[in-house]
Amino acid sequence: MNALPRWAEIVLLPALNLLLALLVTAALVLATGNDPVAALRALVVGSLGSADSVGYTLYYATDMAFAGLAVAVAFQGGLFNIGAEGQAALAGMGITAVALNGGALPAVVLVPLAILGGAALGAAWAAIPGWLQARRGSHIVVTTIMFNFIAASLLVWLVVNVLTVPGTMSPESRGFPAAAALPGLGVPGAAPVNLALPLALAAAAGVWLLVWRTPWGYALRVMGGSARVARYAGIAQGRMTVTVMALSGALAGGVAVNELLGAQHRLLLGFTGGYGFTGIAVALMGRNHPAGVLLAALLFGALTQGGAELAFEMPAVPSDVVVLIQGLVILFAGALGNMLRPGLLRVLGRA
Amino acid sequence: MTAPPPAIELRGISKRFGAVQANRDVDLAVQPGSIHGIIGENGAGKSTLMAILHGFHQADAGTILVDGSATTIRDSRDAIRLGIGMVYQHFMLVDGFTVLENVMLGAEGGRRLAAGAAQARAGLARLGDEYGLRVDPDAPVGNLPMGARQRVEILRALYRGARVLILDEPTGVLTPQEADDLFRVLRALRAQGCAVLLVTHKLREVMAATDRVSVMRAGRMVAHRETADTTPAELGELMIGRRPALPQPHPAQATGPVLLESHGLVVHDDAGTVRVRGADLRLHGGEIVALAGIAGNGQTEFMEALAGMRRPSAGGINLCGTPVFPGAAFNPAALRRQGLAHVPEDRLRDAMLPQETAADTAILGYQDDRAYRGGLGLLSPGRIARHGAEVMRDYDVRPHGPRLQAGRLSGGNQQKLVLGREIGRGPAVLLVGQPTRGVDIGGIEAIHARLLACRAAGQAVLIASVELDEILALADRILVMSDGRIVGEVPASAATEARLGLMMAGIAPDQTS
Amino acid sequence: MEALDAALPVLAAMMRLSVPLLLAALAGLFSERSGIVDVGLEGKMLAGAFAAGAAAAVTGQAVAGLAAGIAAACLLGLVHVYACVTLRGSQVVSGMAINIVASGLTATLALAWFHSGGQTPPLPASGRFLPVVLPGAGALAGVPVLGRAYAIVLGGQASLAYLAFALVPVGAWVLGRTRFGLRLRACGENPAAADAAGIPVARMRYAGVMIASVLCGIGGTYIAIAQGAGFGRDMVAGRGFIGLAALILGGWRPWPVLLACLLFGGLDAAAIRMQGVVLPGIGAFPVQAVQALPYVLTVVLLAGFVGRATPPPASGIPYTKER
Repeated sequence: MNALPRWAEIVLLPALNLLLALLVTAALVLATGNDPVAALRALVVGSLGSADSVGYTLYYATDMAFAGLAVAVAFQGGLFNIGAEGQAALAGMGITAVALNGGALPAVVLVPLAILGGAALGAAWAAIPGWLQARRGSHIVVTTIMFNFIAASLLVWLVVNVLTVPGTMSPESRGFPAAAALPGLGVPGAAPVNLALPLALAAAAGVWLLVWRTPWGYALRVMGGSARVARYAGIAQGRMTVTVMALSGALAGGVAVNELLGAQHRLLLGFTGGYGFTGIAVALMGRNHPAGVLLAALLFGALTQGGAELAFEMPAVPSDVVVLIQGLVILFAGALGNMLRPGLLRVLGRA
Repeated sequence: MTAPPPAIELRGISKRFGAVQANRDVDLAVQPGSIHGIIGENGAGKSTLMAILHGFHQADAGTILVDGSATTIRDSRDAIRLGIGMVYQHFMLVDGFTVLENVMLGAEGGRRLAAGAAQARAGLARLGDEYGLRVDPDAPVGNLPMGARQRVEILRALYRGARVLILDEPTGVLTPQEADDLFRVLRALRAQGCAVLLVTHKLREVMAATDRVSVMRAGRMVAHRETADTTPAELGELMIGRRPALPQPHPAQATGPVLLESHGLVVHDDAGTVRVRGADLRLHGGEIVALAGIAGNGQTEFMEALAGMRRPSAGGINLCGTPVFPGAAFNPAALRRQGLAHVPEDRLRDAMLPQETAADTAILGYQDDRAYRGGLGLLSPGRIARHGAEVMRDYDVRPHGPRLQAGRLSGGNQQKLVLGREIGRGPAVLLVGQPTRGVDIGGIEAIHARLLACRAAGQAVLIASVELDEILALADRILVMSDGRIVGEVPASAATEARLGLMMAGIAPDQTS
Repeated sequence: MEALDAALPVLAAMMRLSVPLLLAALAGLFSERSGIVDVGLEGKMLAGAFAAGAAAAVTGQAVAGLAAGIAAACLLGLVHVYACVTLRGSQVVSGMAINIVASGLTATLALAWFHSGGQTPPLPASGRFLPVVLPGAGALAGVPVLGRAYAIVLGGQASLAYLAFALVPVGAWVLGRTRFGLRLRACGENPAAADAAGIPVARMRYAGVMIASVLCGIGGTYIAIAQGAGFGRDMVAGRGFIGLAALILGGWRPWPVLLACLLFGGLDAAAIRMQGVVLPGIGAFPVQAVQALPYVLTVVLLAGFVGRATPPPASGIPYTKER
């Protein structure tokens, strides 16, 4: 089959998929008797129209960048990590464990330690399905889905039964000590944009270096390309599966870093907010490359913030419309990915 | 009284796949109540012709007549309806189903299986008695030996009322005993008036089992003979074609120490069928040894085992004097470190990724080498690109762009790139499967020159090839493989196309008359 | 005796709670046996639940809700099978996408059409599938244990529940004893062999996924208007995935799948009953542990530590004719 030119594959096709997702959503909005143009305007203004909005956009984008990197790095190795949500939850537990037991440690020590604790648990929660796939042949998609639910149950039990301050109504742990907090970036406005954002950027750079500039990363991409070729190239695929999943889980833990150390300063239910699943959309749109992931994360961060504002401005259109767009993006970019290709090939004169 | 029309008649069948003319103006007439052999080398077009007859492909031109009437066969359902049944080389059976379920699939005889099952059981019993095809209807197919599975395939075709039965290389997976049983069944079918088409490259089988034989070569049908009126020698020549004997282009030279050896190697394929039945090899530095044979006789699995891609079931392998199998570190990476390089015969599937750049392809398998690193121990794109450019220049890979996607290169250029990568490491032992598959004339000469240069440099080279020209041009010694065994070793001085062709077809030199 | 009597409401709850799991698991069964992996059961059920709640609210008729629920699930199923079979896309990605699309779509439409915080309006009795009183239940009520069992365990289920349980023998019969079932299974085991036998693989896979969609639609309808009194946000709450777990635990065969669903339903019923109860030595009843048990059991099975989990061999792999 003829191939699309690189620029079409990397920029045009994702852009068209996004456009399709937006068009379908607009049609739906119209069908429910609302004005899609107004909705779109509210989305854009709501995400970028004020210092507050931009701040929140960046804050959400940080979560999505971490989740997207997690999914993308696993995809490079040919593994579909659906478990970012659960891995983030475990990471949150790790962070909480360190933060609440850190005693009088200064921030300079406590924060990195908490991050390490989170990354370790997130990595472990992903490495187990990785090991099961490598050594027992258990399909990683099913195991990571199951692990998401187990993690959710664990989180509920931990927060409600162990950590909730007796006597209070809301299910959340006591607040972290002041030292266990990522400093804010001083961005104007009320958004809790914090040090996690540059950390996400650093993580993206690190992933790029690792996957595209090291022998390990080269081997990872070969494994993701073809198991047969990986065998020919002498790559230890079992070990690599576990390692890359651990890395993926650690990156997913970044969501917990941003949310718990950067914003909430306590462990609470549902803090993972579905970002693990958004990460899938981000990775797909970003073509599993860190640069694309960052851009897609920004896009989805804007959509999330815009969606919240939209719900405010147009009460008849809920913020869930953003979830719909997300799902449509995954559908068009992922499952229906081959749909536009023949047409594009014809238009570009290469059929 | 006129003779009955042929059961199957093909007139002027042609079929092209892209640049390859698989069938060119083929005529064939198969009489009912006969066993008709179709022989030819690989790539002669036999499989394509049978695929057209069974509806898997459509011919570009020509007519098909069944029992004298012209007809079109668009898919397997049409073929089945016309009474044409096919027994595939790789059985098309559902392992998880019983024999009965497999036979009924597609011809269930009604919406509810119970009614059809009784009918099918009766039918199977009847067919079993008529043709001596005994199977247990309730056995799961996955548990059956190969011979039994083939019986199920035949029964399935007969149950659907096949009057024409096509068998594609049927004895490749059978024991000699099972093969005898098969031919007994085919004779019974013939007695019942069926037409049997036996596609094979084994001349011995053709001589023993068929009434008529048709020879294909390079997409054309070149001859039809009554089996009784011909000899293996004649058939062998027709298969291979008359070509002048080639001069020996390279002088003999003294060889070095044994760098690769195997003894008693037994190798199974992924389906569990034994493909190499005890092979011994001694490969010296400074020589080129060729594994000759029709594809599918074990060369692929033998080479994969020597390269660490496939675990043998028995036997031993020594590389540069050290035993590597049985051994703890028997994998391609470890063997590479000890001086072995391997170019698999299907480089697109095994040795390269189409989405990688040519430069990246040029370091595949060697990505841990320090030579490709720059500052901080990271891979250096500059060094990788320079290396890639060098390989592409040295091996004339076109277009000369290390940043090009490897998948965009033509097949021949991909081959040159992969060869360049492996030869460029200066390995002690070089294994190459089908060195010039898909390569144009100019490229062939260049690759041959390179392999001869390796030989001159004292490296040990083992090639597997189906091209006799290539083998005669390169090899110092020729090992002929047939049916998983090395059936003969021929020094270059004594090698001729005729002799090799017969050996490859399973006829020893003294059986030619 | 008293203990038996006390167990009856729990058994009744077990039956009730296992129905949506059973429908999801049977849906997955038909889809996967034909060769298409379906992780989108959750999304299809959610779409069915919303459509059922909406239609029943608008028309006041439960049957209209059922029809709408099936139609909505089938619409999503059509997208899935088009992506997987015709476009040969990734089956897992398609399933996940459908889950997320359904979540966003149902919430959006619910708010847009009904304005009450994302729920459909509460339904009148005619708009729901209410528990059915079996004939003679009143007369038998006096019989100790068995009479009560007849009345509240066997009886007192919504009519859709009886449909679901009846689908187990029906499904087993269709898969194992009909021509359609044989051909469907062949497509999931060895599509090349099926193709060689003259069976239209693509068409069979479409059929498998559409059957799965109908079952998901019924499941969603049950959740919304039999078990519940209308649609609420994300009300399927993971039961589509538990159905998938039950399918794996049941080895892709109808009767063991039923047992797995009853097990999971029973766990759920027990958890609800025991919530807040303080057990000696353990403290408060670990509800979350019980909730996580289906998932843990599935992972244990998949890891091959207890028994084998072998899905249909060709499941998950797009079928292309080899040259």
